[in-house]
Amino acid sequence: MPERLLCAVSDLSDKTAKICEVDGVEIGVIRHKGDIVAYKNVCPHQGGPVCEGLKMPQVCVELDDQQRALRQTFNEDELHFVCPWHGWEFKIATGEAVGDPKYKMKRYNVVERGGEVYVEV
Amino acid sequence: MSLTGNTMNYSSDNDPAIQEFNTSKLLKNARKQAEDRNYKDFFICDVDSHHYETEALPEILQYMDDPVMRHLGLSAGNVGRAGLIPQAIGSQDMAGRVTRYAGRNKEIVPEEPHRDITLARRWMDAMGTDMACLFPTPMLLLATHPQVEVEVAMARAYNRWLSERILEEDNRLVSMVYLPMNEPHEAEKMIDEFAEKKGVVGFLSTGYLKRPVHDSANMRIYAKLEEHGMPLGFHAAYHWADTSLAQLNKFISVHALGFSFCNIIHMTNWVMNGMPERFPKLKTMWIESGLAWVPFLMQRLDNEYMMRTSDAPLLKKKPSDYMREMYYSTQPMELVDNREALEVTFKMINAESQLLYSSDYPHWDMDLPSTIYDLPFLDEKAKRSILGGNAQKLFNLDPVMSEWKLEANAKG
Repeated sequence: MPERLLCAVSDLSDKTAKICEVDGVEIGVIRHKGDIVAYKNVCPHQGGPVCEGLKMPQVCVELDDQQRALRQTFNEDELHFVCPWHGWEFKIATGEAVGDPKYKMKRYNVVERGGEVYVEV
Repeated sequence: MSLTGNTMNYSSDNDPAIQEFNTSKLLKNARKQAEDRNYKDFFICDVDSHHYETEALPEILQYMDDPVMRHLGLSAGNVGRAGLIPQAIGSQDMAGRVTRYAGRNKEIVPEEPHRDITLARRWMDAMGTDMACLFPTPMLLLATHPQVEVEVAMARAYNRWLSERILEEDNRLVSMVYLPMNEPHEAEKMIDEFAEKKGVVGFLSTGYLKRPVHDSANMRIYAKLEEHGMPLGFHAAYHWADTSLAQLNKFISVHALGFSFCNIIHMTNWVMNGMPERFPKLKTMWIESGLAWVPFLMQRLDNEYMMRTSDAPLLKKKPSDYMREMYYSTQPMELVDNREALEVTFKMINAESQLLYSSDYPHWDMDLPSTIYDLPFLDEKAKRSILGGNAQKLFNLDPVMSEWKLEANAKG
């Protein structure tokens, strides 16, 4: 599988995806739980720049022992890309849509070598 | 007690996509779609798009006849919050997730033309839209204002401002202008004042009205629209205070049901009271309720009508036969996992001649032209009709193509 250089490892953060362009295709790269993950910057819904939106944690509801809703919470163990066009949310770990996992962001295999990040295309 | 801030990047203020917000940049992928699909080859008209008129409220109020109301609107500290336009509860931007809400105020535009024209042209050019029908946003709930005189005064000021500052200035923007339906004699005057203005292609009835659409007080409005050959649009809205929606506790619930329910009520009254028979030349367009409600209502009304024709004596054919002759805007089209249902819906409403593409941009549930163009059950002719041809006929438009399309075609 041919590799293409995306950026330096030092360019990456775990807050904001870095947008790189390979052969006219934008790829968003971000650190996530010690890994580096890369996705095509095109939302499977209507094509929005999904990697450029907010990064939001999963929203949960706490229920009491009688199934009554107590409060809503953020689960920061599960972070999502949020497409800025319509709000579709995708798990950064897998690229799956939160609402239905059959909708997935296109993921690239990432290779880290010599302080640089490559994707397999 | 210490205040808790957003420790992570939850806030749109921290997001680099917002810090230098630009509509063209946000919609760069839309422009790529437009180029990949060769939208340059045909005319696209968006029949339901929006601006945020309250951001220009000080300008609009200069067109208001009533000096006391104008002073109220402009009074210190109260601009935009002075009780002239009802405020809707609900997080349209999903707590900042849809970034263009927070970003819009930061967008830099040149001094000329008007800011709203520049912003409209940016999203239109990105999507491949040539002409757009522009509607207000907060004023969609103006008809719920408890003071009818405020609705009338705001509507007249807005229509004058829109006509003079926007429609006169840009050939690619048109509008169906606001009708204060709660005050029929003022609505009639509004038709006389604006029907011949540049860029006015129809009139608009908004969301929640104080009287039903078939009320006898409205008949002269419809007759006057017929005389002028002007279509009437019913732009849906949600209104959380509507008692039928009051038990819904989520914005998603009240939005999903409210927009369709609003037009279901108006359409049912419109058809069952024989309005298409009373005003056979008046064309109506049903805006921003999606499409799934139309087959539902056709089936429900037909089924009951055949058992109870005496309840609807003005009808000369089934309710669905009238509904099939009306016009519908596409957005928000129900796109998820229902391709077969969508195809049936298109057949049931004669989509090729009765359906008109709409984006609803910049609102959160906007649809791009590709939502129509990529449908596998439409041929090229049907796609082009829905994306522009039907609007051209309904509004009697002289199409104005966008500059980038003209340049692309000139280059071959």
